[in-house]
Amino acid sequence: MKYKSQKVAYWFFGLCMLLFTLQIVYGFIMGFARIGWDGLHDIIPFNTARAVHTNLLVVWLLTGFMGAAYYIIPEEAQRELINVKLAYVQLISLAVVGVVAIVGYHFNHWEGRKFLEIPRELDYLVVVNVLLFLGLILGTLYKAKRRTTTALVLTMGLVFAALLYLPGMIWFDSQVTDSFFRWWVVHLWVEGVWELIMGGILSYLLIKLTGVDREVIEKWLYVIVGLTFLSGLLGTGHHYYYIGVNKIWLVVGGIFSALEPLAFLAMALFAVYMYRKGEKSHPNKIALFWTVGASIVSFIGAGLLGFAHTLPQTNIYTHGTLVTAMHGHYAFWGAYAMIVLAIISYALPNLTGRKRYDKTTGHMAFWFSNIGILGMTVAFGVAGVAQVYMERKMKMEFMKVQDEISIHFVVLLLCATLFTTGIVMYIVEFIKYGKASDEGLQPATVNE
Amino acid sequence: MLSKSQARTFFLGGTVVTFLAFIGLTVYSFQPSNDQTNHSKISSEVVRGKELWETNNCMGCHTILGEGGYYAPELTKVIDRRGEAYVKAVLQSPIPWGPNGRKMVKYQMNDADTKAMIEYFKWIGQIDLNGFDRVVSPLSKEKK
Repeated sequence: MKYKSQKVAYWFFGLCMLLFTLQIVYGFIMGFARIGWDGLHDIIPFNTARAVHTNLLVVWLLTGFMGAAYYIIPEEAQRELINVKLAYVQLISLAVVGVVAIVGYHFNHWEGRKFLEIPRELDYLVVVNVLLFLGLILGTLYKAKRRTTTALVLTMGLVFAALLYLPGMIWFDSQVTDSFFRWWVVHLWVEGVWELIMGGILSYLLIKLTGVDREVIEKWLYVIVGLTFLSGLLGTGHHYYYIGVNKIWLVVGGIFSALEPLAFLAMALFAVYMYRKGEKSHPNKIALFWTVGASIVSFIGAGLLGFAHTLPQTNIYTHGTLVTAMHGHYAFWGAYAMIVLAIISYALPNLTGRKRYDKTTGHMAFWFSNIGILGMTVAFGVAGVAQVYMERKMKMEFMKVQDEISIHFVVLLLCATLFTTGIVMYIVEFIKYGKASDEGLQPATVNE
Repeated sequence: MLSKSQARTFFLGGTVVTFLAFIGLTVYSFQPSNDQTNHSKISSEVVRGKELWETNNCMGCHTILGEGGYYAPELTKVIDRRGEAYVKAVLQSPIPWGPNGRKMVKYQMNDADTKAMIEYFKWIGQIDLNGFDRVVSPLSKEKK
């Protein structure tokens, strides 16, 4: 690391590890419930487990993005963060809001809107927290010695993500209108502005790991994020096909969401091409695996698997089935979880001063978690396709179909165990690195 | 070859154009003449039903309009499919409802809240879903 204030990122990454672990625990509770082992129903019914599982996903990814920003922005801006103490206050308040929300879910205290379950009073605290975070980032950039495209794109993603949280806080009497604007938050986050954040982190990592000229990488970054918004904004329409709004979305959503894989394809080609073009052989191979892996898996998970059921003619059968869960798991993993794990893998040796590059545990963590989640995706996919066929072609009752497909959740749980083994190894490596310290400080040179 | 400033123009131009189109289509969708939801029939009981739907996180297990947890049945046309008496029995059950093995949370709703939930489901059931209910069998009893 080049600036002392970057050390705050370590604690954000630590919180990520903790929340990610909890997310997996609640995933197992849901998986077991699906095969009939619901012994925890009285204290953690399925809807509680689901709300905790999905909200922890959102919170740990956002925590990772924030940690990434605190690590990247000082280097890009070539100066310390404007106020490190406030960054720690922001971290603690974020953790407190998250914990209060999750505890509340166990006492039926929530909004009950998929992905946006956080109750209203905590929404306001989230807004204050995010404003504090943005204030620190924007303040640092304002006083920056240089302004880079990477920092600009990353910051734009974070600012838009904050703004798009607001439509989710409006009450609507109509379920249809509520659903319509809920997707402004959820879709425009994950298929819009979060891709900017991913693109910004990816660009930073490729510059550092491959040594390719910044101008070349940042030019293609603009093209990628351009493709993201060009397709992703109107691609929101694929959520509007069958929820009770105008048929025009069948056409608009169909066309533009079919274009959405282009941004992910561009990102995968971009990462692989820069890796091959790079002349620098960076010793942190694990970070390189996660970085290039994120770009490829996001193309398969978010791009290809999304395309598989995005056209209205297909979606009329798959809407509201486990096919969506298949796409969701691999897309979130590839696009966002892997890029957060990539920046953590890159930053840890620099934050701690311990060069634990290329450890077997680190490589095994990568392969176990990736093979495990691929298996989970296949299990969800098979269950989803079988569900579509039995429920919507053979006209079987919902619960009878669920009985028939429960075997796929046994497979899912086995694959999830392999996945968890990989993540545990990743966390063991994280712990072995020890805490961030000034040992990792390597002051910036004039040329950087 | 594309320059960095051309790439930036592509990003900014594409974003502005598609954003404006998105806002325009949103406004168009909510014109009263394009309403497919019988918005004027949203009564105070329907609104109360939606509040109960949300405060109990029913979407965490069930789906409605095809959105939710995929763990329990789709409820968009539940009144049409099961009838009011069945829905009332489920919502007021003194034990966790679970005739097919999967348990539901025991809500023991009072008569007023049960009525509100039924009115909410009735309103939802009348929405024009662009053909979704003609394909998806569990949505409508006569389509089996």
